[in-house]
Amino acid sequence: MPAAAPRARSALSRGLFGRDPIRRGLYLLGMLPAAWTFYLGLIDQLGADPQKTLERTLGLWALRFLILALAVTPLRRLGVANLVRYRRALGLIAFYYAALHVTVYTVLDQGLDLAAIWADIVKRPYITVGMLAFTLLVPLAITSNAPMIRRLGGAAWQRLHRLVYLAAAAAVLHFIMLVKSWSPELILYAVLIAGLLAVRLIARRAGAARRPATARPPAGKRPLEVGRR
Amino acid sequence: MARALFMLIKTAADIITSEITPHSAYLRRREFLAGAATLGLGTLLPRAAPASPLRADKSPLSTTSEAQTPLKDIISYNNFYEFGVDKDDPVKYAHTLKTKPWKVKVDGLVNKPAEYDLDDLIKDIALEERVYRMRCVEGWSMVIPWVGVPLASVLKRLEPQGSAKYVAFDTLVRPAEMPGQRGVFQPLPWPYVDGLRLDEAMHPLTILAVGLYGETLANQNGAPIRLVVPWKYGFKGVKSIVRINLTEKQPPCTWNVQNPREYGFYSNVNPNVDHPRWSQATERRIGEGGLFVKRRPTLMFNGYGEQVASLYSGLDLKANY
Repeated sequence: MPAAAPRARSALSRGLFGRDPIRRGLYLLGMLPAAWTFYLGLIDQLGADPQKTLERTLGLWALRFLILALAVTPLRRLGVANLVRYRRALGLIAFYYAALHVTVYTVLDQGLDLAAIWADIVKRPYITVGMLAFTLLVPLAITSNAPMIRRLGGAAWQRLHRLVYLAAAAAVLHFIMLVKSWSPELILYAVLIAGLLAVRLIARRAGAARRPATARPPAGKRPLEVGRR
Repeated sequence: MARALFMLIKTAADIITSEITPHSAYLRRREFLAGAATLGLGTLLPRAAPASPLRADKSPLSTTSEAQTPLKDIISYNNFYEFGVDKDDPVKYAHTLKTKPWKVKVDGLVNKPAEYDLDDLIKDIALEERVYRMRCVEGWSMVIPWVGVPLASVLKRLEPQGSAKYVAFDTLVRPAEMPGQRGVFQPLPWPYVDGLRLDEAMHPLTILAVGLYGETLANQNGAPIRLVVPWKYGFKGVKSIVRINLTEKQPPCTWNVQNPREYGFYSNVNPNVDHPRWSQATERRIGEGGLFVKRRPTLMFNGYGEQVASLYSGLDLKANY
């Protein structure tokens, strides 16, 4: 069937990059630092320790996109911008970077020495925490599509996706635990993530206090943004 | 014809180093690098004070079996927090450091304490080329052709007193020329300090380096004079030394003070004693294989065990990391 292949390909590209042209552009733009850094590595322009530079760069971009994804709701609440339609793209780009970061560590750095990798995960807290952050992102990435949201139902999906806060906290903790001394960039990310988590907690408290118990919508049918367990 | 062709193919023994890179081109490499910098190849930027060639005898104590790390990597990948915490900060900012004139204060338990001019401190001591492995506590390594003098020769000149048991070194504090020492964010307390037991300091492998690759040190490598102790982690090699102090008590070491659980006084390279946060069993050799470089096993005492292990007989190296 000659038509099957293109259809499959376009389904794949829809799955990976979405349908909206701006969203597609966002994916391409978002992944550009990864492609550029890898290219610089291939032409030996990543400095003296190119593998480490690649690994660090990918990890940093994962954290940056995670922060951007987390910032979407507070920005909308503050009336700065409504970027909700790009939140999934930002989250998935963060996941792609995290996956590439883990790939560089397991394949290039450790040479797929599974025993050494397992020993690292068990013995090195910063790697334990980093792997935890990545593992938490996996179910979120898998369920980041309309069929999965339908299957899980809005409330369950949203409960699941609250894991992103834990993942973000673990990611920045992973960063803190591996440095020899704090840098301004690290402090910025730690403050941003702590701030974004705090804003969310305060909003939830305030929302819960404002709403009388009888007026609450029935469980499982609450609108997406106000969820409270 | 065949003979002519044969003559063109030299065996390894025929090739002298100067034929591989013409010496004139080698001396002009900094101009090339400066040119590369203006073209936007920022990571290659050396921007240090112009280097002067040094005459040095090859030392039999050199490590000769391994390829030397390219100069561009040695001068562009540095931990020198006085210029910033990133590896590429020193190459960008160290050019502001003025290393002439340079005084070294010698005090403590010596018969000849004084404020020495650098030239007087090492005057008439023959410069030697010492090719050593350098293993960073972070898990990477280089092979560096240092030029320097045995620390023992300098110490003998200063005449340590019988009660002296340790040697302490201080790095320069000069915020005007060291951006890492300015501003709100200060990663370490200054001056950077570290020290050795006197017998470690007197060991023939321990040197004060004033150059590498046959030229005076680039500022980012610790100009004009720095400590090199090849069997210890790199951070023990105090850079841009302004004070040598002989003491009876074990002197403080910056990283040990900063984080005593992770960095000990000895800091001997030891693949069997892991850093609390990462393994020390393997290392990545800088400049060896680009993006796809493989780790190599780390050697006990960085491969210098035959010469130095006896310094530590009876000492529990797990407890005294």
